[in-house]
Amino acid sequence: MNRTVNRDVVIVGGGPAGLAAAIAARESGVSSLTVIERESAPGGILRQCIHSGFGLHRFSEELTGPEYAQRDIERVAGLGIEILCGTTALHVGGDRRVSCVSAERGLVTYEAKAVVLAMGCRERPRGALGTPGTRCAGVYTAGTAQRLINLEGFMPGRRAVILGSGDIGLIMARRMTLQGAKVLACVELMPYSSGLTRNIVQCLEDFDIPLLLSHTVVDIKGRGRLTGVTVAKVDAQRKPIPGSEIEFACDTLLLSVGLIPENELSRGAGVTLSPATGGPVVDDGLETAVPGIFSCGNVLHVHDLVDHVSREGFAAGRAAAAFARGERRAAQSVPVLDGENVRGVVPQSIRVGEARAVELMFRPAGVYRRAAAVVACGGREIYRKRAPIFTPGEMASLTLPAQAVAALEREAVVVSIEEE
Amino acid sequence: MYSDILIVGAGVMGCALARELGRYEATVTVLERGHDVAEGASKANSGIVHAGFDAAPGSLKAKLNVEGAKMMPALCAQLGVPYRQNGALVVAYSQRERRTLEALLERGRQNGVSGLEMLEREALLALELNANPEAVCALHAPTSGIVSPYELTYALADHAAVCGAAFRFNAPVERIERAGGLWRAIVGGEVYRCGVLILCAGADGVRLREFAGGRGMRLIPRRGQYVLLDRPDKLPFERTMFMCPTERGKGALVAPTVHGNVLLGPSAEDISDAEDTATTAAGLEGVLEACRKTWPGLSVRSAVTNFSGVRAHEEHGDFVIGRLAENAYEAAGIESPGLSAAPAAARMLAGQIAREQGLSLRARVPMAPAREKPFSEMTDEERGEAVRRDPLHGRIVCRCEMVTEAEIRAAIRRPVGATSVDGVKRRTRAGMGRCQGGFCSPRVMEILAQEWGVPMTEVTKSGSGSRLLTGTIREAMKRIGEEEEKR
Repeated sequence: MNRTVNRDVVIVGGGPAGLAAAIAARESGVSSLTVIERESAPGGILRQCIHSGFGLHRFSEELTGPEYAQRDIERVAGLGIEILCGTTALHVGGDRRVSCVSAERGLVTYEAKAVVLAMGCRERPRGALGTPGTRCAGVYTAGTAQRLINLEGFMPGRRAVILGSGDIGLIMARRMTLQGAKVLACVELMPYSSGLTRNIVQCLEDFDIPLLLSHTVVDIKGRGRLTGVTVAKVDAQRKPIPGSEIEFACDTLLLSVGLIPENELSRGAGVTLSPATGGPVVDDGLETAVPGIFSCGNVLHVHDLVDHVSREGFAAGRAAAAFARGERRAAQSVPVLDGENVRGVVPQSIRVGEARAVELMFRPAGVYRRAAAVVACGGREIYRKRAPIFTPGEMASLTLPAQAVAALEREAVVVSIEEE
Repeated sequence: MYSDILIVGAGVMGCALARELGRYEATVTVLERGHDVAEGASKANSGIVHAGFDAAPGSLKAKLNVEGAKMMPALCAQLGVPYRQNGALVVAYSQRERRTLEALLERGRQNGVSGLEMLEREALLALELNANPEAVCALHAPTSGIVSPYELTYALADHAAVCGAAFRFNAPVERIERAGGLWRAIVGGEVYRCGVLILCAGADGVRLREFAGGRGMRLIPRRGQYVLLDRPDKLPFERTMFMCPTERGKGALVAPTVHGNVLLGPSAEDISDAEDTATTAAGLEGVLEACRKTWPGLSVRSAVTNFSGVRAHEEHGDFVIGRLAENAYEAAGIESPGLSAAPAAARMLAGQIAREQGLSLRARVPMAPAREKPFSEMTDEERGEAVRRDPLHGRIVCRCEMVTEAEIRAAIRRPVGATSVDGVKRRTRAGMGRCQGGFCSPRVMEILAQEWGVPMTEVTKSGSGSRLLTGTIREAMKRIGEEEEKR
């Protein structure tokens, strides 16, 4: 017979979101609490992010990924929170039963009063792009290459082209170069990079690595190992332009072409997912459509900065603790919708009747200069925030003041970006 | 090295034959130029067990397809290979195509296919909700099935191996000679001598059969490109959906796989290089366009991979199976429905060889090695039990397909075990899922290195020439240090 264990809060995932949720839940008074982590150590993807730049907002310091994680791991240890590493959650039920398996404990089912989903995201693979060519060795997602270099101690290649200018791709351009590999180019389909500006400067420009905007890889060559890729310019419809092909002789192609929230467990629990974010639809307390199941971090929507992931994790942990204590919020809520030039606003609803400030996060759909994020309700503007630039590479956010939230009744809230 | 029987080629045909010959008193060696079994067309095809209405009545294709399809359910059950009889529909969009279907129906009846029926538009749409409403009618073949073609080939090879067959990989046959009443196959510096030679070499068969005096065969390498979609919550089609066939073949199909993915393809392009398994933008676009006719709601957003396979199309369109020269046999031109026909073709050819060579049956034939139920398909009770039996079942290596470390180690330790990351992937599904090995491949590489006792840097994706790593960080740092010192 398999074991069944009762817990107030179970957190699925021991990365930065899960660790923050655990800390907040414990500090909110939850004593019976377990974090499930599939890797052999907590910290999530931060473990392999040995570059610095983490924690500027939260700690006002520039930390490496492992250093940032270590601070939370130590707090979790200090609070005596149980983390089960090497343990994979196999399914989460809508009844908040979480089944896990590990070599040490076998199959154990946790019956939780509240569950926090913090599984993170995965990288979009080659197959999702439909890039033609051979299926040779040497094509890696940037994160896999990062793991091989930083955690396993191996070089995935010597001459590389990077497709996609997402942050991991940019970081890996620098990392490969520092390890003696030659990075020939970073190729980006869009006319702008989806990475942080600081990474473009520090990882490409400082190493004279060309960034080819409006280009893509149209052929992958090599029978055993990769021998080269063909890159072509794309038109406004993102279709390759015949005659614009450039050949690169390389043994490695790294892909940094998007991150996808990993919601297989959420789907199994009956959680509603948003096509815009790929993550669960949540209210302003980060509660999903299934009561008592909360979500935070990259499984909810893909963040740029871990500082924001942690903040979201703390909020989810507090909310889960309140739910486990038996507190229930107003049943009625207003939807929060994507308006013009905006994609994937989180949260997707706000519960009415509470006077508290609510942070809304979203992705600009394009690049907008001298623009403003505008929140409207019932055709009336209720909040406006100006910014010199909005770009898809940087998550935008605004905080709806408590007064405005308290005034919400029935009509939907719409967030849009207006060019001024 | 001497063996009574030497088989060249470890595709589904060669492996099925090696297994059939395991029933006789004879030593069997299988030479394969690839690094694993099923490295050619056997790994990259539609995985359909055809009902048998396509081939011309009286042809070997017709006879062996129908017989093979009948053998398949029991064979797969015995070997522990996933198989499902899901039925097939061939859809017509015009009166001209209706006439083609009527001809197919008649053909199928002559070939002895049971259960064939014509469905009018409404009946088709009632059966398959996502079918194109522009359809006029469809031919329904309830006995059509689906199988995992490479898993079938691995299982056949494993059974052949426990019956005593020796498999030699990375062994391309350069030439064949006849000397002292024996056949000699030359592979690099090595000579494999045998009493009986059998060629099951796919597209390479034409070159090899000429050494044994075989003349006048032309095989055309025909490439088929495919797109594989992620497992949807609900399959768009329960049955295999064919287009109305033309002289170019059966066209692109939309089919569920035994693992619940959706397969689109193949294209049909005659190419000059039989080893060119690259996909092309035009080829993939052609497949999608054709499949949109069958499935107007098709979206490629859930595509997980694309691939292609090269099948050996024989000019005259039939299988060539039988005697090639004195003590030499062949199975050539094994294109569709080669997978469906393989069990029957192997039984027929093995029987002929046994008769002509006077082989006697063994007193006791070993059973196929048992295959454990995949962890992903177990109930929680069974999973708990599996971890108690072997704690390595508690370590999930591939999260997308829920594959455990115990399963990966078992795949490497099978009679014909995995030697590469792709070999592990096809045997266990680790890396087959939506992340395509992004998370699990470093772990799989580590396990392969441990099991084979080699450094990580020697682990390959798919055999020699496909190493996944170019060195260690330690070496890279040392090189950088030396360069700096020089400066």
